[in-house]
Amino acid sequence: MQQMISLQDLTLWIDEFLRNLFGGTWALLIEFVLIGLALLVAYAVLALFLIYAERKICAFFQCRIGPNRVGIWGIFQSTADMIKILLKELIRINRADHFLFRIASFIVIIGSICTFAALPFAKGIQVLDFNIGVFYILAISSLGVVGILMAGWSSNSKYTMIGAMRSGAQLLSYELSCGLSLLAVVVLAGTMQVSQIVEQQSDLWFIFKGHIPACIAFVTYLIAGHAETNRGPFDLPEAESELTAGYHTEYSGIQFGFFYLAEYLNMFIIAAIAATMFLGGWMPLHIPGWESFNKVMDYIPSFVWFFGKTGFCIFLALWVRWSFPRLRIDQLLNLEWKILMPICLINLLLMSVAVIF
Amino acid sequence: MKALYNYIKNIVIGIYQLMQGMYISMLNMLRPKVTEQYPENRGKKQYGEWFRAMLVMPHDVENHHRCTACGICMNSCPNGTIKVESNMIKDETTGKDKRVLNRYLYDLGSCTFCALCTQNCPFHAIEWSNDFENTVFNCQKLVLKLNKEGSSLMVKKTENKE
Ligand code: SF4
Ligand code: SF4
Repeated sequence: MQQMISLQDLTLWIDEFLRNLFGGTWALLIEFVLIGLALLVAYAVLALFLIYAERKICAFFQCRIGPNRVGIWGIFQSTADMIKILLKELIRINRADHFLFRIASFIVIIGSICTFAALPFAKGIQVLDFNIGVFYILAISSLGVVGILMAGWSSNSKYTMIGAMRSGAQLLSYELSCGLSLLAVVVLAGTMQVSQIVEQQSDLWFIFKGHIPACIAFVTYLIAGHAETNRGPFDLPEAESELTAGYHTEYSGIQFGFFYLAEYLNMFIIAAIAATMFLGGWMPLHIPGWESFNKVMDYIPSFVWFFGKTGFCIFLALWVRWSFPRLRIDQLLNLEWKILMPICLINLLLMSVAVIF
Repeated sequence: MKALYNYIKNIVIGIYQLMQGMYISMLNMLRPKVTEQYPENRGKKQYGEWFRAMLVMPHDVENHHRCTACGICMNSCPNGTIKVESNMIKDETTGKDKRVLNRYLYDLGSCTFCALCTQNCPFHAIEWSNDFENTVFNCQKLVLKLNKEGSSLMVKKTENKE
């Protein structure tokens, strides 16, 4: 394990350099700003990449080629879209609740960025590492639903209202399965700290270590997480066919862009959490006993592992999205309360039994 | 107990069927792409005879067409797109009056590509081409003269033998 490149050295070096130059308080302030900037830039760049990747993969599923005109293979398509969205006018809605209307998109994106900050991107790169990390992730990622409800309510339109109500029902229900499947991992790991959870997978990833309960938790987490992102077969809050665009129908320009960004990044975040909790995060594939194999795996940098696994989970999400028909709202709630939740509870019990013996 | 059995059975069947769906969509993804890359494949792609891009009147190497100027296409066109202008001339051998095509005018701007004209022409004198790049800058240019300059009616082979 020791020979893997750790980016911690780099961050520690920057820290020391700043401390020597400015002294404690100022160094701390500058670091806050730097980290914030780095996070925002990473967020925006990832979103652009994800939008491009999603459009390409969707196109492949429909036997199309997808964007291919802007730049080679169309890689600048999402950049062009971003510039277009930045240039658009922010339309002022008559008789809307302007304060809530303006604030809603920010709440959605703040919730998303705060979750983003708690992800371990590579060895030594993690901004927030609480001892209750999993708890924090679950709590802060459900902040988005407040923003969605606000957006739906304040736009003063029936489409947004119905979209927001559906979204409320959906997100609150699926939050349960999400939490319960992550709890199964917490039971297995015995800790809630994200870095510890990754560290514990250094001999074998949890999905292999935890036998059947871990596999079940992985699948239920993917389903529940997919529903949390309002996408694929669970896109009732947006429902283009019946609600125009659901809760963000009335938004325009960069505010719409915020919702759009948050939606894509939530997909990334859910995939990244699944990769971290079940597939070992940035931890390379180690098989106990195969020393030379483990050494070879260590030469692949940790962020490649992280983004590879996350990419795999995102691909799964897109695959599901283009395979299944949309659910009705009653089917959606049935799936959660009658099927996923009982499975998650029994699975948690199974996991506890497996850990004890 | 029965209920529980059914519940579990439904879940298992459901999962199996969802997997089947995912298998099929993966097959779809691996299929060759069907998108036409238009400016790149310009002139390389031949669409079938079914493709109605523009009305043409085929001429053979000796500049003969098959249109007898009977006017059936003009009368069957619902939009008045086709104008057949003909002259009456005296046939030298038989001495009878004979109708000869002067100008065959086709207004691309009002054609709805219904193909009633080509279906009704008794001599198959007009047909559809694959040439779909027919944008022009003003609408006068959309009126096309389909018969070539100095062309004349193709003499049938049977008549030749007589
Ligand atoms: S194109 Fe055919 S239908 Fe039209 S005038 Fe000529 S022979 Fe008659
Ligand atoms: S295709 Fe239809 S509209 Fe066009 S010229 Fe022929 S009969 Fe007229």
